[in-house]
Amino acid sequence: MAKVLVVDDSNSIRDMVCFTLKSAGYQYVEAKDGREGLTKAQAESFDLVISDVNMPNMDGIDLCTELRKLPNFKFTPVLMLTTESSTDMKMRGKAAGATGWLVKPFNPEKLLATIKRVVR
Amino acid sequence: MDIQELVSDVPVQGEHSIEGIDFITSGKQYLTFLLNLEQYAVDILCVEEIRSWEIPTKIPNAPSYIKGVINMRGIIVPIVDLRLKFSIGEATYHETTVVIVLTYQAEDTGRTIGFVVDAVSDVLNVESKDIKNSPAFGGCMQPQYIEGLINVGKNVVTLLNVENLQYVEKHAI
Amino acid sequence: MSVDLSQFIPSFLEESFEGLELMESSLLSLQAGDNETIHSIFRAAHSIKGGAGTFGFDVVTEFTHLVETLLDEMRDGRREVSPKDVEILLASVDCMRLLIEAARDDENYDKDKVAQTTMLLNEALSSGGEKSAGEKISQQSDNTEQSTGKSDTSTFSIHFVPEHNLAKTGNDPLFLFNALADLGQLTTVANTGELPALTDIDVQELYLSWDLTLITGATKDEVHEIFEWVEDDCLLEIKKIDKEPLVNPSDGEKETVSVNEIRAASNIENESNSQEIYPANDNSVVKKQATKTKAKAKVEVSSIRVGVDKVDNLINLVGELVITQSMLSELGSDFNMDKIERLTSGLEQLLQNTKELQESVMRIRMLPISFAFNRFPRLVHDLAIKTGKEIELVIKGEQTELDKTVMEQIGDPLVHLVRNAVDHGIEPAEIRLANGKSAKGTISLDAYHQGGNIVIEISDDGGGINRQKVFAKAVEKGIIEPNATLADNQIFDLLFEPGFSTADQVTDISGRGVGMDVVKRNIQSLGGRIQVESTPGQGSCFKVNLPLTLAILDGQLVKVGTETYIIPLISIVESLQVDKDLINRVSGDMTLYRLRDENVPILPVYQLFGLATEHTEIDNALLVVVEADGQKVGLMVDHLLAQQQVVIKSLKDNYQQVIGISGATILGDGSVAMILDTPGIIQMALAYAQNKQRDMASYKQFAIGEQC
Repeated sequence: MAKVLVVDDSNSIRDMVCFTLKSAGYQYVEAKDGREGLTKAQAESFDLVISDVNMPNMDGIDLCTELRKLPNFKFTPVLMLTTESSTDMKMRGKAAGATGWLVKPFNPEKLLATIKRVVR
Repeated sequence: MDIQELVSDVPVQGEHSIEGIDFITSGKQYLTFLLNLEQYAVDILCVEEIRSWEIPTKIPNAPSYIKGVINMRGIIVPIVDLRLKFSIGEATYHETTVVIVLTYQAEDTGRTIGFVVDAVSDVLNVESKDIKNSPAFGGCMQPQYIEGLINVGKNVVTLLNVENLQYVEKHAI
Repeated sequence: MSVDLSQFIPSFLEESFEGLELMESSLLSLQAGDNETIHSIFRAAHSIKGGAGTFGFDVVTEFTHLVETLLDEMRDGRREVSPKDVEILLASVDCMRLLIEAARDDENYDKDKVAQTTMLLNEALSSGGEKSAGEKISQQSDNTEQSTGKSDTSTFSIHFVPEHNLAKTGNDPLFLFNALADLGQLTTVANTGELPALTDIDVQELYLSWDLTLITGATKDEVHEIFEWVEDDCLLEIKKIDKEPLVNPSDGEKETVSVNEIRAASNIENESNSQEIYPANDNSVVKKQATKTKAKAKVEVSSIRVGVDKVDNLINLVGELVITQSMLSELGSDFNMDKIERLTSGLEQLLQNTKELQESVMRIRMLPISFAFNRFPRLVHDLAIKTGKEIELVIKGEQTELDKTVMEQIGDPLVHLVRNAVDHGIEPAEIRLANGKSAKGTISLDAYHQGGNIVIEISDDGGGINRQKVFAKAVEKGIIEPNATLADNQIFDLLFEPGFSTADQVTDISGRGVGMDVVKRNIQSLGGRIQVESTPGQGSCFKVNLPLTLAILDGQLVKVGTETYIIPLISIVESLQVDKDLINRVSGDMTLYRLRDENVPILPVYQLFGLATEHTEIDNALLVVVEADGQKVGLMVDHLLAQQQVVIKSLKDNYQQVIGISGATILGDGSVAMILDTPGIIQMALAYAQNKQRDMASYKQFAIGEQC
């Protein structure tokens, strides 16, 4: 089953995402901000990265840019978790190489349904 | 009230009596014990444990029927002598004197209190229909402590209300 | 499949309240141009909004969205950070707290306050930034898919030409097609016309395009949504067709492949698909669960966050304990007197382990006092605005640790003392300037450990306590005689008399009916004391001295008759053997003992508690002199035993409060011992003295009457 890196500074959101992933049988690794996420990504490969946008130390956009520079992450899907559904946000994500976005409020069924568009 | 109704409330000896033997029924189980020669019972689910009598630590200026507190696995448990509380017989302490520790769990609070009795006697299975109302006269026990009466053979067992017993010191004096 | 998220509500709430605290403290320290602080405030609001939406706390989401919008403008530099905006944001933080609490308890909130703040936010948004204030929250409706017409199937023809570099965003057409196949019956036709010559192929690029036919119950929007992430990187046409589509063979090479073949061909694990078809789901499921658990959350689960280091330390200690235990049990299985030395050392080790373990467990309950201090910057900020004074708050020692229970109970008294310092301590700016001080007053909060206690100091650099005024007021209130001569500290003690207030007019800041007497009583009920120091013209300092924990106490064991009692060491002045020449019997049965120049009433504990003892002779009795509320009494006991630390157990759990007793403890032999409550005993004695005509029986009546 696919292994997912979950990056979010909010414990509760992170817990929920991980809980949802776990209940669907995915493996996951957690990181509390972009910097930690990048460190973990450098250490091992993942089949999918789900990241919040607004985080201390390194935000989701920068994380995505950095991930795309890693050979292992050239094609890895990166989904941004965001409350901002503005086109501006999406364009910034896209420019950084993000695969797609998940608009909060967070809904577990929807999360599972949408991540199937990028990973099995 | 009609005299006829009154009469029907008074249990007729032997009519619905049940045997005090161990068998599993759909009814509830009650622990019976002796105060002097009288038989009393409490819901067995409330019984935390039965201990032998030990001298408790006194609580200053407490009523005489509050014998003090003991340590039950780290919990401070007050000890109430029911014989003193209800003026039944003499409060003597010897080998068969036991303490029944009862816990009553209300919604958010629970209390654990030990009650001194002369002896523990039996476990009764009783259907709720076999619990009679207590006649509203006689005896030195306030009615709030009595849940009902159970006929066992020729004897009558007084079923006590554990919830009100747990706050026995609140209705003091 | 439904995932129950309600279990995360408590952690969301906890995090939200932390977020609000962070927002508040950051706002109070916010300087113009401090982008990092604005960012962190924004992030806190953002997280709250996200979580609230997930759990269906819509009011919270809506309100927080406005706050976030305002913060966003500041973050992007579209808006200057003005003091007015900070005030609005602070009020917003209060509202968010109200709303979250209301959501947690499933109760109503102060609608007027929220409405007013919403208006202020909207005004601010429409005046300052570019974004329109009335921006709607659209996520809710975005996510709520209409499932009407689900039973009717329709056929879509989809023309999909991805850009060559689509894969670089991590998207893969295969997964998109899989998602489409989950919606219904999918037929794919790949166009390989653009495929370059083998030598020219860049393996990282996509050259194919597809014509797809989907027969599904889903709506066009649902189909379109699948392409949401790629629509800017492809040519996409989705058409609904009425009839069964005809696959037109046309120019170029075309292959018809079923999606299952694609799946098989690409070596992807094929799972049973039955459970993977998710109904279009809106938030209602989660919402329902959220309401269900609200009632549960209402029963307040108090929890503490414990640092991992503390837990690790505990685990280490338990490890050592296990080692000691196995060592002792091995010793016990084959014991003879030769091994007595090893046994002694093993027991010593056990003692050491237990002691350390106890300390560590206690430390878990300890929290830095910053939890109590955190609210003061805001409080002082608000009070300064209200009183028109300029005040700087200095906080020191906020890392000093204190038991959680003590912390919870000391909050209100501290608030009162700080209010008092603002209101009565700091003078108005013009008076300060006239006295050669800076216009800005300073209030400091300091906390530090001293012995087994924590000391909290609340000091101000104001005018100090006016002794004449206090004295005059006390005379006016009939607390003291006009000709009394009092030392400074006795005058200051008057401040804590019930009904005493020196403020010329009662302001709504400190004159709220709760007086300093309540502050003192609260502190005393925690086993602490309060002292005042004050220098005219230079300021005052209130020192609160509290035990670190309410769970453990250092006590002196004493014996009276058959009973053992514990007297808290903190209240003991000294213990002595009575010299009968120093005994004075006054007015009937009151006995005084001359301790240096003080007359200390002797209280025989056996009399007070109605116990039988042989030691009834006062002449060479043992006295333990204790002090509370400035009053000393000599407790007459039979024997002094050891001093030891005891764990306090409440009598209230299974019984009730007993006058003169603060609790009970379990001694080494398993028996219970009562802990004496010194202030309570002194009150008992006073009541006894006042009723000295009556006999002990009527006094007992009093004691019992109080209990009920």
